Amino acid sequence: MFAQRLSSPLAFRNLPAFLMMAIMLPLLAGCGYNTIPTAEENAKAAWSEVLNQYQRRADLIPNLVETVKGYASHEKDTLDAVVEARAKATQVTVTPETLNNPEAFKKFQDSQAGLTSALSRLLAVVENYPDLKANQNFLALQAQLEGTENRIAVARRDYIQAVRDYNLTLRTFPSVIWATLWFRGNQPFANFTIEEDKMQTPKVDFGTKQGG
Amino acid sequence: MTERVLPAFSRFTATTGAALMATAVLLLVCFAALAAELPALTGRVVDDAGIIDAATEAALTQKLAAFEAKGSDQIVVATIPSLDGEEIEPYANRLFRFWKLGQAKENNGVLLLVAPNDRKMRIEVGYGLEGTLTDLHTKLIIENDMVPAFRAGDFSGGIAKAVDDMVMVLEGNPEELEARGKRNPADDSSVDPIVTLFIILWATMFLGGLAMAFLPPIFGTKLAPGVYKWLGMTFRYGQRSGYTRRGGGVWTTGTSSGGGWSSGSSGGGWSSGGGGFSGGGGSSGGGGSSGSW
Repeated sequence: MFAQRLSSPLAFRNLPAFLMMAIMLPLLAGCGYNTIPTAEENAKAAWSEVLNQYQRRADLIPNLVETVKGYASHEKDTLDAVVEARAKATQVTVTPETLNNPEAFKKFQDSQAGLTSALSRLLAVVENYPDLKANQNFLALQAQLEGTENRIAVARRDYIQAVRDYNLTLRTFPSVIWATLWFRGNQPFANFTIEEDKMQTPKVDFGTKQGG
Repeated sequence: MTERVLPAFSRFTATTGAALMATAVLLLVCFAALAAELPALTGRVVDDAGIIDAATEAALTQKLAAFEAKGSDQIVVATIPSLDGEEIEPYANRLFRFWKLGQAKENNGVLLLVAPNDRKMRIEVGYGLEGTLTDLHTKLIIENDMVPAFRAGDFSGGIAKAVDDMVMVLEGNPEELEARGKRNPADDSSVDPIVTLFIILWATMFLGGLAMAFLPPIFGTKLAPGVYKWLGMTFRYGQRSGYTRRGGGVWTTGTSSGGGWSSGSSGGGWSSGGGGFSGGGGSSGGGGSSGSW
């Protein structure tokens, strides 16, 4: 009895607040408050994967250049072009925090495209050196480079999708309310356009299609 | 004022509703179009192109099932008649992600895809196996096992040899394989049993309490003011301590919780025991390599 008299007013005073919390908090999440941050983090993670794969490509190139040099030393121009393009490409980085800067993004894209075209010129030249193509080390590099180019393509596709989702949350109906009320600092991220994507995705053919 | 506001509001909702409907229909159409292109995961060997003979298919299925039971790695062989002009790399990645090969946390799936009309093949490796079954391994398997056999027209032999070599490479790192197998026991269902138990307990208590709060007055027989008899139990209401139960003491939720259990244990998951076979939720980031003959 005594305990009841003590606890029940306290419980009743807290009850409305507690109920409000219990109802409002899930509603807040249900209304899409989390949509924008979630999409933003997804896009940033997808971008990190893009950077990661471009970095892997850049890491493979010195080995490739050294191997090719041993067999085709007089293709100096092509080799130098690759080294130069690589140096340029590694200088330009776009951190997840600056993804909403279209100029920086464009610069990054251009530098990587430069490296892609220099690389494909080198790999076209290599076709003329059968000894090099039979070299085990070169075969391993070839497989890795081919794999990396494909991973870049996958990472770019994932990033395009993630950014599309994120930009949509900033511009479409339910979540745009949160964008104007709460996430005013959030800007749309720059994205690879379809045309650039097609232009940039290299058709790296290492001569595997020769037979048959 | 209200008359003017109301039509505007209803017009707004109408347009929004129409837009939503249109979007939903569009999405459905898109999904249908996308899903139609990709074959269904009917087993460990999906021979839509019909190039693998029955004996090899049975042997491969058995071998791959045994391999998955050992280390939880999921290898699936797929053949499709045609790529319809698409490159094999994006198609293989799309198919891999659609089938969700490999366990969700390990991403340890491998897809061997052959498109005979395009004369192309690809081994797509999940994120988790990229370190073990490297791009070079897959390249060598394609060039040394599959290309010569395919050129000779022996699809079954080439695929069987490639699967043997992939298994060999994946078994070449036995500690890693065993660790993966331990983390993902073969009879593991995708629903955590503890979570299931918790949800069932919680639901029983919550719904049971709710039911007891207002069902006896509706369905029970009234014995006295605030006292009802229902399902052999006596419920008392209107007292400070809420209701008290008398009699039986059994909640008679035994049957319903039993039902919950059986559905919980068989729900979802990639039970390889039954006829159904499905991916475990893994993904791929484009590892592996492609070839042609």
